[in-house]
Amino acid sequence: MDQAARSVTHEGKAAPLLATQGLTKRFGALTACDHITWDISHGEVHALLGENGAGKSTLVKMLYGALAPDEGGILWEGRPVAIGSPAEARRLGIGMVFQHFSLFEALSVAENIALALPPRGRRELAETIRKVSREYGLPLDPDAGIADLSVGERQRVEIVRCLLQEPRLIIMDEPTSVLTPQESEILFVTLRRLASEGVAILYITHRLSEVLALAGRATILRRGKLVATADPRVESAKSLARMMIGADVAGIERPGRPEAHLRPRLVLGKLSQPPDGAFSTALADIDLTVSAGEVVGIAGVAGNGQGEFFDALSGEKLLPRADMIVIDGVAVGRQGVNDRRRLGAAFVPEERIGHGAVPALRLSENVVLTRHATDGDIARGLVVHRAAARAIEERVGERFDVRRSGADPRASALSGGNLQKFMVGREIDRNPGILVVNQPTWGVDAGAARTIRQALVDLARSGSAVLMISQDLDEIFEVADRVAVLSGGRLSPLYPAETMTSDQIGLLMGGVHHDHDGAAPVPAQPAEPRHELRHAP
Amino acid sequence: MAVLSPLIAVALTVATTFVIFALYGVDPFRGLYIYFVAPLTEGWSREELVVKATPLILIAAGLAVAYLSNNWNIGAEGQFTIGAIAGSAIPILAPDFQTFATLPLMLIMGALGGALYATIPALLKTRFGTNEILTSLMLVYVSLLFLDWIVRGPWRDPMAFGFPNTVSFSDAALIPFIGTGRLNASAIVALVVVLALAAVLARTLKGFEIRVLGESPRAGAFAGFSAKRMTVFAFAVSGALAGLAGIMEVASVIGKLQPVISPGYGFTAIIVAFLGRLNPIGILIAGFVIALSYLGGEAIQSGLQVSSRMAQVLQGLLLFFVLACDTLILYRVRLARPATPTGAPARA
Repeated sequence: MDQAARSVTHEGKAAPLLATQGLTKRFGALTACDHITWDISHGEVHALLGENGAGKSTLVKMLYGALAPDEGGILWEGRPVAIGSPAEARRLGIGMVFQHFSLFEALSVAENIALALPPRGRRELAETIRKVSREYGLPLDPDAGIADLSVGERQRVEIVRCLLQEPRLIIMDEPTSVLTPQESEILFVTLRRLASEGVAILYITHRLSEVLALAGRATILRRGKLVATADPRVESAKSLARMMIGADVAGIERPGRPEAHLRPRLVLGKLSQPPDGAFSTALADIDLTVSAGEVVGIAGVAGNGQGEFFDALSGEKLLPRADMIVIDGVAVGRQGVNDRRRLGAAFVPEERIGHGAVPALRLSENVVLTRHATDGDIARGLVVHRAAARAIEERVGERFDVRRSGADPRASALSGGNLQKFMVGREIDRNPGILVVNQPTWGVDAGAARTIRQALVDLARSGSAVLMISQDLDEIFEVADRVAVLSGGRLSPLYPAETMTSDQIGLLMGGVHHDHDGAAPVPAQPAEPRHELRHAP
Repeated sequence: MAVLSPLIAVALTVATTFVIFALYGVDPFRGLYIYFVAPLTEGWSREELVVKATPLILIAAGLAVAYLSNNWNIGAEGQFTIGAIAGSAIPILAPDFQTFATLPLMLIMGALGGALYATIPALLKTRFGTNEILTSLMLVYVSLLFLDWIVRGPWRDPMAFGFPNTVSFSDAALIPFIGTGRLNASAIVALVVVLALAAVLARTLKGFEIRVLGESPRAGAFAGFSAKRMTVFAFAVSGALAGLAGIMEVASVIGKLQPVISPGYGFTAIIVAFLGRLNPIGILIAGFVIALSYLGGEAIQSGLQVSSRMAQVLQGLLLFFVLACDTLILYRVRLARPATPTGAPARA
């Protein structure tokens, strides 16, 4: 690394496209990025790996001008630059595709793209969009409304918008987290093509299989420090994971289902719900039984009704008929979230900030948030007993290794992974009979994800019914006993997880199943090694 | 920092007042002394300070409930007015009903009147999605015109030689005075309400619900709280306290209904609520600060021949500075500059 940096200062032709020298960012006592010296060359696909809180996003934000470094410098083609804002970064030729889309749903594709570019003629822009998107295998209709597009198509809009700015370095933050395996494959083709044209791609991910399939180099960050630069061609997923975590990651332990537990606990009967506004998905005729002792995984690409399904299950949105949801024999479709909690159900929503937790409140107050109705000693009479909530907060923190700064911090002070462990732990601590969890490890590092997944399996094996909605196929295969796919608000039949492959689930995600009376639409091929996302270049 | 912001705002307001006095050609030190210090030096004016602070604190405490839960009740002046009218109905329509129950009944009627009047914008919001800021504000003017009409028309005292006011309340309908001047028991009521509200907000599930729904309605729904019911509740509580302040004002220092019963307490209380950080105890302190600005306004008018409008200028400045401090403490102003790769590495 040092040598690379030196060659830059000596004005060599070999200067990498972008290099950092001792780049450091501190937040109070925490050094989020600690003297990072690193570079990326023209035409390189470079993976940036690291657990949550390793400093990936801090590093990227400094490169994109969203954060100012405390120390160190950035070299663009060998020249020192100060990147004061994202606009300056874009002018240099750095583009970024965010994990969360920044599109206006009510506007068209062309209008959204026009907002990010210098003013130019409408027709000319539409023509350019059509041409560029076709060229890169990401066809787009400039007149389509964003609201009508699938998540994969929306990401295309983000990417095409980025491409139209003619970037020379594209930063992508976990781009495949919302894509089907098939859509991911299309994206990889585009990225390889861009790289072959000399565009550098910095690819942030926690999916090791993608690093192996795509990247020419991988940089691993751990606790703010650059710990290794590896060649993925000679590494394995396991060795990369070891570098990321600093220790071997244990797989989770999944003992077999005890037969004695097979008692239905959560039964959905023809669960249907009209859409709530133009941007919401209707739920149609969902039949599902989750029994004691098992984890049922609901796969599916984002935007296929997962949020609506979760709200219907939790009771935040009431259903037309009571018997659409039966919890331990009680029809609760017309009852609210606290009534369902009193029957032993617990819920962990996808959105941490502002749904599962209130950022401005302390953790103990966030315990009160979901447990005031079920835990008598938290809200006795109408008075909140902070000490009882504190005790639970301590217990959850201990058991789920929630790293907190000081006693009882505000939820906003926790990293995503720690807050997620807290939210899952807060519910499991109740020992619920039924747990419904949406994207349990979304944006969570490998260590925390393992803790959470193990907790879900353990809970199920202790006799509870666990329903897990997840977009992460690796996670579904690791945790779930049976799998169904939610697509366009409809649920496929349930399949035993061990008979499925990621390709078969990918087909179901595309909505191949909807002839319900037909035989199993996807042939089960138990022999095939499953969830292989690796693609030979 | 959050505690500091009102203090900085007060300091900035005093500094600006200094400049205004200087521009007015008044010795600014003398002006500041007469405005802010002189009213505290005499017994009667200290009592007057409490009298002015009482309605402000009571209304602001109610508004805090509304604002904390993200419901923007701007119509406290109207709820104050309707509360005063509703409570006054007893001594005006039944002047011979003079028992120990008269006054408590009036206070209940006042609170009820204010609560019901505040429920109108709340229901409009929950049913039709109308903007409560507009509707609650518009209802202020309806109430003021209604008061004007009722004291000139049906409720006018026939013995008042054509003056537009009602009969004076009987002693049984008046709040007992407890000082040498106009200080009366409504101050005690306000104090009790503020302390009770502080306890509710800090310790009870309802207080928790108010804060959660204000911070994040989605998380509130996940906790099983209803944002719509909270809107009605918050408006009713803030309306009840404004109505209570209204009836206590007419049943103590005024003693009858007349066309004007408030120097804008319902609007000024908005400033008190924010200056007090929407915290009942903070509001208790802020109420006195703002009450001082009323008294100081009168003092400079008589002492320095400076318009008493100065008080309104000062109150406006104070709100401006509080909101500005809150914003500037949380955000940083950065002037956009064109991006040119400079020769120097990024800020070392």
